[in-house]
Amino acid sequence: MSTLFGRLSLESLPLHEPIVVGTFIAVAFGAAALLAAITKYQLWGYLWREWFTSIDHKKIGIMYMVLGLVMLLRGFADAIMMRLQQAIAFGGSEGYLTAHHYDQIFTAHGVIMIFFVAMPFVTGLMNYVVPLQIGARDVAFPFLNNFSFWMTVAGAMLVMTSLFVGEFARTGWLAYPPLSGLEHSPDVGVDYYIWALQIAGVGTLLSGVNLLATIIKMRAPGMTLMKMPVFTWTALCTNVLIVATFPVLTAALALLSLDRYVGTHFFTNDFGGNAMMYVNLIWIWGHPEVYILILPLFGVFSEVTSTFSGKRLFGYSSMVYATVVITILSYIVWLHHFFTMGSGASVNSFFGITTMIISIPTGAKIFNWLFTMYRGRIRFELPMMWTVAFMVTFVIGGMTGVLLAVPPADFVLHNSLFLVAHFHNVIIGGVLFGLFAAIYYWWPKAFGFRLAPFWGKVSFWFWVVGFYVAFMPLYVLGLMGVTRRLRYFDDPSLQIWFVIAAFGAALIACGIGAFLVQIYVSIRDRVSLRDLTGDPWNGRTLEWSTSSPPPEYNFAFTPIIHDGDAWWDMKKRGYQRPTAGFRSILMPRNTGAGVILAALSFVLGFALVWYMWWLAAVSFIALIAYAIHHTFDYNREYRIPAEQVLRTEAARTQLLAAGG
Amino acid sequence: MRRFRNIILPAALALLAGCNSVVLNPSGDVAARQRDLLVHSTMLMLLIIVPVIALTLFFAWRYRASNKAARYEPDWHHSTRLELIIWAAPLLIIICLGALTWLGTHLLDPYRPLDRIAPGQPVTEAHKPVDVNIIALDWKWLFIYPEYGIATVNEMAVPIDTPIRMRITAQSVMNSLYIPELAGQIYAMPGMETKLHGVLNRTSTSHGFSANYSGAGFSGMRFAFRGLTASDFDQWVQQVRAGDDALTREGYLQLAKPSENEPVRHYAQVDDTLYHAILNRCVAPGTVCMDQTMAHAKMGHAEMAHARAHDEHE
Repeated sequence: MSTLFGRLSLESLPLHEPIVVGTFIAVAFGAAALLAAITKYQLWGYLWREWFTSIDHKKIGIMYMVLGLVMLLRGFADAIMMRLQQAIAFGGSEGYLTAHHYDQIFTAHGVIMIFFVAMPFVTGLMNYVVPLQIGARDVAFPFLNNFSFWMTVAGAMLVMTSLFVGEFARTGWLAYPPLSGLEHSPDVGVDYYIWALQIAGVGTLLSGVNLLATIIKMRAPGMTLMKMPVFTWTALCTNVLIVATFPVLTAALALLSLDRYVGTHFFTNDFGGNAMMYVNLIWIWGHPEVYILILPLFGVFSEVTSTFSGKRLFGYSSMVYATVVITILSYIVWLHHFFTMGSGASVNSFFGITTMIISIPTGAKIFNWLFTMYRGRIRFELPMMWTVAFMVTFVIGGMTGVLLAVPPADFVLHNSLFLVAHFHNVIIGGVLFGLFAAIYYWWPKAFGFRLAPFWGKVSFWFWVVGFYVAFMPLYVLGLMGVTRRLRYFDDPSLQIWFVIAAFGAALIACGIGAFLVQIYVSIRDRVSLRDLTGDPWNGRTLEWSTSSPPPEYNFAFTPIIHDGDAWWDMKKRGYQRPTAGFRSILMPRNTGAGVILAALSFVLGFALVWYMWWLAAVSFIALIAYAIHHTFDYNREYRIPAEQVLRTEAARTQLLAAGG
Repeated sequence: MRRFRNIILPAALALLAGCNSVVLNPSGDVAARQRDLLVHSTMLMLLIIVPVIALTLFFAWRYRASNKAARYEPDWHHSTRLELIIWAAPLLIIICLGALTWLGTHLLDPYRPLDRIAPGQPVTEAHKPVDVNIIALDWKWLFIYPEYGIATVNEMAVPIDTPIRMRITAQSVMNSLYIPELAGQIYAMPGMETKLHGVLNRTSTSHGFSANYSGAGFSGMRFAFRGLTASDFDQWVQQVRAGDDALTREGYLQLAKPSENEPVRHYAQVDDTLYHAILNRCVAPGTVCMDQTMAHAKMGHAEMAHARAHDEHE
């Protein structure tokens, strides 16, 4: 049996954990209902042809967003469970979660929120928006884009599988050795962690290469670097960071897996291993990673502020330089994550001060948004509301971040709930608020109708108030000397703060609920919410020059750029949309190769986790063989005939006329 | 701004102190200086944070679309003077904060022997420091007092107004030793030694704990921390010595096995070489100490270099 199933047996199923069993039953029913509905309405063919195998950057972008949203629900369920546990585990009670379960939950929460919520959201956003903003028809390597997406899905699936088959890591989201070594974590949890991140990491890295090449090589004529929209600039910097740092993560995890699988001693306690090496490597990736997440959202805030203030962005070049400076500095701050490991005063000061220096360009950015609002005509649509909430919230998170960069202050606050409050303050207040701004802003572009504002405002207020109620108590608890990842507490005076925080989490749950209701209501009322113009916000950048949703080829003619705010400039100069003279357009053809390769990678990862060596060998060989086979597929493009382009564009002309 | 500093900040601090915020109101000089640095840095940053928040809300309100009275300049997007201010203001704050950081980090380096007991009270020869060797185990803390030849589990007592010199390591995984009343934390890591200096200025009973997740029993990894007067401390030492448990190497290997929520234990005697052996991972019989291996390796290199030089010479 063990040659067939490795270490997988019936005992690996968490049948003794009623919460997990209940979740499994709910998920199984939900999934069965979903699959039945898809089958009933005969959507499989549609989904396969139009979405799964699509290499249209817009559809891939949307699929990334769907993945992020689904995983957000999972990650948030983990958050609610933690908040509940910490709110009740007082006075001798150990709460309702065992250490075995609770420790998996906080690890999974961190891993999922960073790798499978924030990353897909950010990548999806860049995927959707960047080619449109630079006047391109797709990304540089369209097939690679589809493959990257499915690799990310495969990683996410592996994490989800660990919920029901075996267990997830009980190490914290960065899996520091020696705890994550074989000696102290002999079970499958860390292996799930490693292979999920390695598989998703392939996707992230390739998508980074892809977008980098796209931005460098495929900008419309006339769009010099300093005429690129700010969002594209931040996307460029983020992808530079991805390409430079994700290999470090891959290497660190590869060394850890060598320790676990073949008995090397890179990070073990004995035989010359050094766990500090892992800590350094993981943070050399980990710190740039937070800028990978936030930079594109800085770009979103720039676009939103300028659009809704009806004004050109203040200080475009200083915005660009600030972004580049942050990109570079983000590499030389990693040690601030472990001032408390005894590096010595001069080393600690160096990294503390470099960290603080990052706040200078960041501060400059905040001021630039501020002075973009100054003497503007601010329309408080949802994206702008999120932006103002971001500016107020983020500076608080920035301040506590700089505080943690002062080593002696970090000595008393490191790993405390103050730290937890800080990074949620910047990730929720920055990345998530930015994502909501972006979703509301570009939704009409993607789907051709606006999101209904009422439920969006409900969601906004629940989220913003919920955030403060959930995380301000954690700052207080941190100052009371409470460390993170504790499962139960002695001191009864702490309980009230945890109860408040749990209430805040409930408010956020309402915010998420209202967001889902908003999507439902908007789809229901899509006819009355329709955007005929393609430019619902009186936008400034190229994506607003095309229809909503854009045709598969994005632009019938490649636009020529004369100004930074290209579309604004075109509108000002009385741009006339061409209605004739179209030519046929060569576009990349759909392929199922990405899905198949990612599925094989999933099987490979699963086999490696469970030591099913035969299956690992078979799936690995299949993976390589199929990849080679795919390279012989020469039939990768198709031509949209000029008549079809003419028909599409004529239909838009009619729509524009109807919209007045 | 001044009003804010004079009224609201102390009020906020008092409020936090009221809910026994040990970080803002510790009993030891080192922790207090770390708290001071924290408070000063916060105030320094509030100089810029508060105006930014206020301006954000003000501009958002002032330039709302419905306010047609406000000036609208859709093409105004550059001002060299403003840009200079925008970059210079945070720069100035960071220069101040950077200076504060450089000084504070060096003065409060956990490896640096104390030079004062309390403000205006320098360390003199009369202050004989107390050494404590601390080992993080799964999931409890072992404290060895080398000059008293005693050891305790999950209880640490120190005399007040006396420099405490701590050497810290771990048996299996990473932990972080944190006693908020005394001083900031430092990691406890297997095969490595970190150091921490602290002093307690008033008697107190509190807790220390691990501030880095270390596995299933992590939440129970708390120990009693007692700050005693010199005579009470002596009495405590006598009391520990009066017991009849001794901590031998075999006893240590038993103790090191994972266990949760361990009660306080006292050892009247302790093997002198135990701490060195734990640090060098050679408590178990038949294991070679890391420092020996490294010395061998070094010697090996030296010999090889010597041999190579010899070969070249020939």
